[in-house]
Amino acid sequence: MLDLTDGVAMDPVIRIRGLEKIYTLGGETVAALAGIDLDVAPGEYLAIMGSSGSGKSTLLNLLGCLDRPTRGSYHLGGDDVSKLDDDTLSRVRGKRLGFIFQSYNLIPQLTVLENIAVPLYYQGNETPETLQRCKELAAMVGLSGRFDHRPKQLSGGQQQRVAIARALVNEPLTILADEPTGNLDSATEEDVLAMMDNLHAEGRAIVMVTHDEHVAARADRVIHMKDGQIQRTTYKTPV
Amino acid sequence: MILRFHRTLSLGVKNLLLHKVRSCLTMLGIVFGVGSVIAMLAVGEGASQEASRSIASLGSSNIILESVEPPREPDNPLQTGSKPPLWTQKYGLTEADRARITNTIPNVIRVHPETERTDEVMSASSRQRAILHATWPECPEIRNIQRIEGRFFTQLELERAMPVCVISPSLRRKLFPFGSAVGEFVRIEGDYYTIVGEYSPGASEVEDEGKEGAETVARDDILYLPINTARARVTSFIYGRTQYDTLVVQTTGTQHVSAIGESIESLMDHTHADHDFRIVVPLELLAQARKTQRLFNVIIGSIAAISLLVGGIGIMNIMLATVTERTREIGVRRALGARRVDIVSQFLVETVVISLVGGLTGVLVGLGIPGIITSLTNLPTVVTASSVLFSVIVSVLIGVVFGIYPARRAASLDPIDALRM
Repeated sequence: MLDLTDGVAMDPVIRIRGLEKIYTLGGETVAALAGIDLDVAPGEYLAIMGSSGSGKSTLLNLLGCLDRPTRGSYHLGGDDVSKLDDDTLSRVRGKRLGFIFQSYNLIPQLTVLENIAVPLYYQGNETPETLQRCKELAAMVGLSGRFDHRPKQLSGGQQQRVAIARALVNEPLTILADEPTGNLDSATEEDVLAMMDNLHAEGRAIVMVTHDEHVAARADRVIHMKDGQIQRTTYKTPV
Repeated sequence: MILRFHRTLSLGVKNLLLHKVRSCLTMLGIVFGVGSVIAMLAVGEGASQEASRSIASLGSSNIILESVEPPREPDNPLQTGSKPPLWTQKYGLTEADRARITNTIPNVIRVHPETERTDEVMSASSRQRAILHATWPECPEIRNIQRIEGRFFTQLELERAMPVCVISPSLRRKLFPFGSAVGEFVRIEGDYYTIVGEYSPGASEVEDEGKEGAETVARDDILYLPINTARARVTSFIYGRTQYDTLVVQTTGTQHVSAIGESIESLMDHTHADHDFRIVVPLELLAQARKTQRLFNVIIGSIAAISLLVGGIGIMNIMLATVTERTREIGVRRALGARRVDIVSQFLVETVVISLVGGLTGVLVGLGIPGIITSLTNLPTVVTASSVLFSVIVSVLIGVVFGIYPARRAASLDPIDALRM
């Protein structure tokens, strides 16, 4: 058994035990996740790798409270979220989690600033201060002159930066990223990954799904999945 | 809270403006639904008010008896000797009836006789066929005719059967085109009559230019005469088959009208076995007209309900398409913390805005159409505030009712399913 006592004093932000997700497809049951235990410490940078069908996306969806597990428990920031009702889950998503998607998923009819402010709106937290914060975040990700642009007027890299700013607006402690650089060329990929490094340096936990070894190499820990189970875990070699 | 509502509203409007053509087409159903409801109710209300007014002008506390030509009996050769030929046979209401009703039936103030004939009236310069309306001096108050100039004939002139008459504006224009006729004379069958006044028969004052042909008699070309004068001097009155065409029974009030009508009927039945008269009770006509109007309104209401239903289904159709198209957006919003109720309200706001804007546009259409109808067909139309209010409320309700299903469908998706789209 590996020694994980480094962070023993701190409760993990994510703790899952025996997590299973079983789909029924045409009368046949498929276990997308077959009993997973996983802890993510505060401020940890975790990458999930695996071929398609390995269950890595299912795991991320469950972590993001977008889907419900068939069995098992999931504690997010100390609370058991596997038993919450839909409205509370919505609050949890908006308040404690930040999402970064592969295809950016900005809302096309809204401007850059309005897109960043969407999570604030659903938390009922639109004050002059928080709206000011949207501008600061947009400036931070390098979109100072483009506050009123629509997503269509932006490049892929710029759109992903808007998505990052949006993920940060409610100050979540955990960022969930689903192949955030999957649609980007290598130069902008470097940009976005550097930005993720910054978030990590600020003390946020990051869980990122990727299939790129090069991307995963930036994480503290990489779990490799196969057939709905964690196959092996590798740690970043200390410099 | 207000800010939140404002954001939901502005988001909805923004989404609608993003698809202007689609939104306008969606609205069209409601626009014409609401417009036609208001227009139809306006036509109905106009017709109803017109009917009520014309019935009310007969006087709601009056009862009207009319002479009716008795049904022709089959030609029986045995009877031809005993009865005068049909074309000279007298029928209808007589002075005896008038006196009997006045004297025997309680709550009757006065029984006012009227007889009308058509005859040629001549002035110094022209001649014109006109209606000779022979009556009593109380005619202006009973028939609600309006004084324009001069006076009506008096009780004394009636009793002495003096040769005086009162002219209607329409006839006056034809006989005396250059100004006042009071003090002038007209000639009927060789007798001269002094015109003492000009009285207008009221609402239906229609100009009929170019119809000066001697044979046509305009409804408004009327000459009022004292009935005794007419019966003493004018041939068509002397030899007419009826003594009185009409008896207007004035009663003390509306509460007795129906009962008096019945007692007059039974009284008359004794003396007029062949039933050569008819009783009209304006109050009952009015009640009948109201009943008809209610039925009419129900029919209009059903047609309107169907057209609004069609408009509503149009909205629902488009919103379902919109929901499908924006499933991914819904998933994203859910991931970013939107509750189901947030999604429902977002889509609901859109349908309500569409149907409210459509409803208000429909009100404008509905205010415009009756004006066009009136100017084209002369039918009276009355737009009531209640019909406008009703249709706006209904259009908003339609937005809610037909918007709630698409909105709920949008929100019922699991976030992960919505995101996968």
